[in-house]
Amino acid sequence: MIKLQDVRKTYQLGDNRVEALKGISLSIESGDFVSVQGSSGSGKSTLLNILGILDSYDSGSYTLNGTAIRDLTQKQAAHYRNRFIGFVFQSFNLINHKSAVENVALPLYYQGVPRRERNQLAMDYLDRVGLAGRAEHKPAELSGGQAQRVAVARALITKPALLLADEPTGALDSETSAQIMQLFRDVNDEGVTVLIVTHEEDIAAQTRRTVQLRDGDIARDERLE
Amino acid sequence: MIDTDTWQEIAQSLRTHKTRTALAVLTVAWGVFMLVLLLGAGKGIQNGVELQFRDDAVNSIRVYQGKTTVAHQGHPRGRSIKFGNDDFDRLNDNLDVADRITARYYPGGDSIVTYQNRTSSYDIRAVHPDHLYLEKSIITEGRFINELDIRERRKVAVIGVKVVEGLFEDEAVLGESIAINASTYRVVGIFRDEGGRSEQEKIYLPVSTAQLVYGAGSRVHQLLYTVGDASWEESKASEQQTRELLADRHNFAVSDERAVRIYNNLDEYQKVTDLFFWIRVFVAIVGAGTVLTGILAVSNIMVISVAERRREIGIRKALGATPAAITRLIVAESLIITAIAGYLGLLASLGLLELLKATIVENDYIYQPDVNTPVVAAVTLLVVFAGTLAGYLPARRAAAVNPVEALQQRD
Repeated sequence: MIKLQDVRKTYQLGDNRVEALKGISLSIESGDFVSVQGSSGSGKSTLLNILGILDSYDSGSYTLNGTAIRDLTQKQAAHYRNRFIGFVFQSFNLINHKSAVENVALPLYYQGVPRRERNQLAMDYLDRVGLAGRAEHKPAELSGGQAQRVAVARALITKPALLLADEPTGALDSETSAQIMQLFRDVNDEGVTVLIVTHEEDIAAQTRRTVQLRDGDIARDERLE
Repeated sequence: MIDTDTWQEIAQSLRTHKTRTALAVLTVAWGVFMLVLLLGAGKGIQNGVELQFRDDAVNSIRVYQGKTTVAHQGHPRGRSIKFGNDDFDRLNDNLDVADRITARYYPGGDSIVTYQNRTSSYDIRAVHPDHLYLEKSIITEGRFINELDIRERRKVAVIGVKVVEGLFEDEAVLGESIAINASTYRVVGIFRDEGGRSEQEKIYLPVSTAQLVYGAGSRVHQLLYTVGDASWEESKASEQQTRELLADRHNFAVSDERAVRIYNNLDEYQKVTDLFFWIRVFVAIVGAGTVLTGILAVSNIMVISVAERRREIGIRKALGATPAAITRLIVAESLIITAIAGYLGLLASLGLLELLKATIVENDYIYQPDVNTPVVAAVTLLVVFAGTLAGYLPARRAAAVNPVEALQQRD
């Protein structure tokens, strides 16, 4: 599913060169449920951005679903993001002036799915995360847990092979965190590969494999259970 | 290019940013409004000045008597040149482009005009039949002086409508006799003139009759003719020909411009036409500046719009929006803003011009402010096109936003 081979990434921060990733090699099988842990600055967000084709890397290779992800045009990158990957962010990243159902349907808009059809699908996914009743609400009218469930519905609506989540429970209390993690487990049970970046031990403990990053290197990689 | 979904996206975005949208619309609408108003005012002033030329035939040339300023063929300088019937005949026979031609003889002194027991004083002009065309007099009743009047030295008069008002009450005017000083004339026609009140307080007599009555022999004071549809160059050539014909007969130097003074109405018309060319250039520059301001405003607003929506654009890109989709969204937004604004500005300015046309008091400076509709429509289309283009650069920048950076921006 995912194959990283000696991936390096360096940032220029003022006069300093920061080596965010110092040659990461990592394989993730289809259907796995992986957490990436690490302190701030360990390179975990950079790794997630590269996996999500939101960012480029300097050297090495990255293969996603058999496709080499390298030197893509913006259009190609948009296509892969849209078709293969679902994103969930710590700050939800919903569009404020759109209702919950419109937010969920947005990825399908970029696939050219007709409005009626995509709104119907969006309602199905909202129902799945238990928010069909809040479909017409704007993000500002939703609680944090509700907003994140909308974001999960949005990430799933394109039936991605890979779900990437960046601190998905970072802004939530423990009860809503549990709800979100339950959603991820359900999705994983359906065969979707899930990768969560988190710094919380108890969240990582709910996944099946945990990868510890330290200063741009893999410090520990263990299978749980 | 723009499907229903894009329309809905745009409508939503514009609704969300009402103030910004309203400001952009206002700026562009104001630009178009001012431009159309400027064009209208320019046209109005032009119409107003052209109205000033309505009094006389635009293509007329007037020849006045003068004094020589150089000695010529034994004649001393300072000699007065006096016109006579021979000069009229000579110009009439020899000018290449003379279309209508007349002489004028002024009896001079006070002209006391009497009808029954009413008396007043009016200006008398003794003329040929073609004078009608030179002064652009309009016969409202009866007829003007004709060739038979000239040949038979008939004692007939054509009087202005203000003369009728002054001397007559409700009686029939045509066929009545009026006395000018000691002589009696039969009124054969009434005229009006767009040159205003004083032009309508004139009395016209046949030139031959007046020369006889006032003992002037064959003297005339002025020669006037029109050059038909001759060009300005031909009309200048005709001036020169007139000067040569008269110089030959009166023995003055052709180069002596003060011996006879020639006044070419086309010269004045040409000057005014030139002036209007420059007024149009000025209006075009100011108008272009106004429109440019509007376009910059749209561009500016789109830049702000893009900056404010960096995060939203980042989200859209993360969800799979292609750069083209982002560009299309922003460009379409500026297209709609400018199209609506252009239309509103056009509507408001045309409305105001119509209102002005209907209500403006007749004056010497502005008459019938109007615009050429295809020109204005083309200008509006240009504004819309340029406004759309103005949205393109910010749109390109938006499309190139790095989603990672954009997503880090807080709302």
